[in-house]
Amino acid sequence: MPRPGFVLEVDRSTPPILTWHGEGFRLERLPAGRSRVIYAPEPLEPLEDPDDAIRDALLNPLGDSQPLPSLLFPGMKLTIAFDDISLPLPPMRRPDNRQRVIEAVLDMAAHAGVDDVVLICALALHRRMTEAELRHAIGDRVYDAFAPHGLLLQHDAEDPDAMVHLGQTDHGEDVEINRRAAESDLLVYVNINLVAMDGGHKSVATGLASYRSLRHHHNVKTMRHSRSFMDQEKSELHSSNWRMGRLIAAAGVKVFQIETTLNNDTFPSQMAFLQKREWEWSARDRGLYLATERSLAMTPPRAARSIFQSIKAPHQMTGVNAGEVEAVHRATTEMVYRQQLVHVEGQTDIAVFGLPHLCPYNVNSIMNPILVMCMGLGYLFNLYRGQPVVRKGGVAILSHPTPWAFHPVHHPSYIDFFEEVLADTTDPVEIEKNYEERYATDEWYRHLYRTSHAYHGVHPFYMWYWGAHALEHLGRVIIVGGEPRSVRRLGFSPASTLTDALEMASDVVGRDATITHLHCPPIMLADVH
Amino acid sequence: MASSGSRRSGAAGRGGVAGRGLSGSVEPLRRLPVTPESLRALRSRVRLPRASSLAFPFTAPSWPGGIDRPPVEKNLGMDYDSEWARRYPARFARVLVQELVSRPLVQAVASPTVDGLDRISHLDEPVIFAANHVSHVDAPLILSVIPERWRHRMFVAGAADYFFDTRVKATVFAFLLNAVPIERQRASRESVNRVASLLAEGWSLLIFPEGGRSPDGWAQPHSAGAAWLGARTGRPVVPVYVSGTRDILPKGGNVIRPGRTIVTFGRPLQAREDRGTSAEARALAERLERAVAALADEQTTDWWTARRRAASNTTPALTGPEAGAWRRTWALGRGAGRDGGRGTGRGGGRGTGLSGLSGLSGLSGLSGRRRGGSGTERWPAD
Repeated sequence: MPRPGFVLEVDRSTPPILTWHGEGFRLERLPAGRSRVIYAPEPLEPLEDPDDAIRDALLNPLGDSQPLPSLLFPGMKLTIAFDDISLPLPPMRRPDNRQRVIEAVLDMAAHAGVDDVVLICALALHRRMTEAELRHAIGDRVYDAFAPHGLLLQHDAEDPDAMVHLGQTDHGEDVEINRRAAESDLLVYVNINLVAMDGGHKSVATGLASYRSLRHHHNVKTMRHSRSFMDQEKSELHSSNWRMGRLIAAAGVKVFQIETTLNNDTFPSQMAFLQKREWEWSARDRGLYLATERSLAMTPPRAARSIFQSIKAPHQMTGVNAGEVEAVHRATTEMVYRQQLVHVEGQTDIAVFGLPHLCPYNVNSIMNPILVMCMGLGYLFNLYRGQPVVRKGGVAILSHPTPWAFHPVHHPSYIDFFEEVLADTTDPVEIEKNYEERYATDEWYRHLYRTSHAYHGVHPFYMWYWGAHALEHLGRVIIVGGEPRSVRRLGFSPASTLTDALEMASDVVGRDATITHLHCPPIMLADVH
Repeated sequence: MASSGSRRSGAAGRGGVAGRGLSGSVEPLRRLPVTPESLRALRSRVRLPRASSLAFPFTAPSWPGGIDRPPVEKNLGMDYDSEWARRYPARFARVLVQELVSRPLVQAVASPTVDGLDRISHLDEPVIFAANHVSHVDAPLILSVIPERWRHRMFVAGAADYFFDTRVKATVFAFLLNAVPIERQRASRESVNRVASLLAEGWSLLIFPEGGRSPDGWAQPHSAGAAWLGARTGRPVVPVYVSGTRDILPKGGNVIRPGRTIVTFGRPLQAREDRGTSAEARALAERLERAVAALADEQTTDWWTARRRAASNTTPALTGPEAGAWRRTWALGRGAGRDGGRGTGRGGGRGTGLSGLSGLSGLSGLSGRRRGGSGTERWPAD
């Protein structure tokens, strides 16, 4: 029986707490009597037979949807869209959920005699996946059956012929999505729901949309009014996607949504200590920690990055739901909350976030300074329901090396954003007003996005907006162990050690400030009352 | 330079012996092959493990106070029964060890100076001795200087989660110190009953009300255990102030460095009429904390200055300034101690370049007076 998450009140007997620091980690001692650590629930029991569960979900859909076999018929146009490389984190061991689900759907399609099937990777404005990444996600059988015939596509939001404008919502939001998906008799969307923000109408309304459509919710105003992204009731991002999703349905696009959930078993057994409570570390765990830490200290950063990027998580499927989008997503969200919610009493003055090596946008890539900001203030800060872990005017302390390093193929516009935009201002509103349009319509970035493996020109702006609420909410942001010039370019304060950072934070929140450390990953969601 | 010089001379010496030995015309080397210089050279080449290396994760983690331990092993922690250590065979063996080993060793390592014994000479046993705590040396030091009529009928309150977490540690500490497990976070009914019954049997108690060794050299707030026992049993509580032990073996240290220590016994405190009430326990706890601080002040300055400051309620607190880690460390002593500048660089200021006797002078008062300075300056006013 997995234990639920809990909040540890740090006392003098509390051992040092593991804190992530990019491609590495540190053991940090938190001040006794005023610190607490939030631990994630232990991994839920996985489904005994995931393939059987998938089949059962397809045959017994939720909401007003009919079973999948009865939606399939010869001569129909079937499109299967699936989530891209940004999910799950870290990438899961084979077989990936997407492979299991797509194979089950294709089995039924084959049985029904459907010939016109196209698979689309729902990239939105993310980078195109490589063949290896696609093979990992959907499996060799599916890849080899579709890719050679040009039936495995990657969504191209900048191809005017491949997009169709479906109309505007009652809030004036343009809805423009992939033409093939929109014009199919059935669009099956295969999702992996890692956090509560994923899935639902966001799958199609964001994953298969264009800049023209995305800019209505990926903007500073929406981000600041999404409190948090993980709380559907209070997320403007969620509301906007739901309006668009309903318009898509009203426009006649028939979506059969399949959502899967994972447990938070995040690290292989050699690194199991990363998701254990420190006082329960066995001699083996301590030995592995020391061996890993000492080895990493001697490993060049590039090699360390390769090692960490090669981690494949032993995530296992805990649930699968299929059918009508909203009904499916309700069930999915419930399962996600079951795995991730931790009851937390009250806010804190200082939040400490140890940033791991990975965020959704640097799989097989480099976590550049902009992604450090996005991971810390966009993702970890927003892992709450109710109210933020840290109070308004409080301090966020991030721990990450924050190197001045970018992946030139994956993140070309990030480099210019960092050099040009952030050198001018870090204010999201100013950035949006003065620079977004130019980057979003830049022909070179557009070309790289369409033909190479580059994120869209506007993507670094979205990363910055992702942290807009936190920037407005916090009194100060400090990065421990970060490269000072990168940290200063971000508009934050560098600190050498956590002790220094706490000392600096005391200028803002006083000397007896309360501290909360989010022991993440594994992913959790703080239910702050 | 000295070490490299000694290496060169050693090599030359060996070469010379060998070379001249062939001709048979030179006297053989008349000294041992191991010299102090060669030992120093060896030590400079061999990297000894740092004190911090021996903490978690090199050793097993401590267990947070708020988390219940799974019931894995019986008869450890609070369940440990140390009754055997108070039976005559164990007592006899302990007296031998204390008199023949511990006391001479403490004399050699800590060179204690004892003040204030006249203040407790009139007391009947049993007594509660409540001392500040900065080092593992504190308990053996105090036990070695306590007058004989108490010394061999003493027991020490030891943290159940630290001294009694393994069978070996529990046995060793129960035997050597006659340690009895108590909870350090709170004075539970079980702890109080156990200790009170031993006091009733005539055993005197040595307890450290701070609940553990100081992490940074400054004292920690007292927990109410000692005062609560004093209030409940009505036995006198003797404040004790120890200085200099952190220089010998600081928290986290693994090398004993001989030094000088002072143990000062204060005037015993007695619970008032309404003894046994929690209000009285709280009042006694405050008086005890003030008394220990006044003893520190007395060591740093002089008895009269300390008394005047105590009377006007201006005795400097032992808990140090309300400031960040480095300023607290700085305030402990500005002169570089023997370890001056050899900080660990982590752990909230623990061991960051203090720990010399002069480093502790601001706190505990191996005062500048004894070393030629005024020794009265504590920290800048905040």
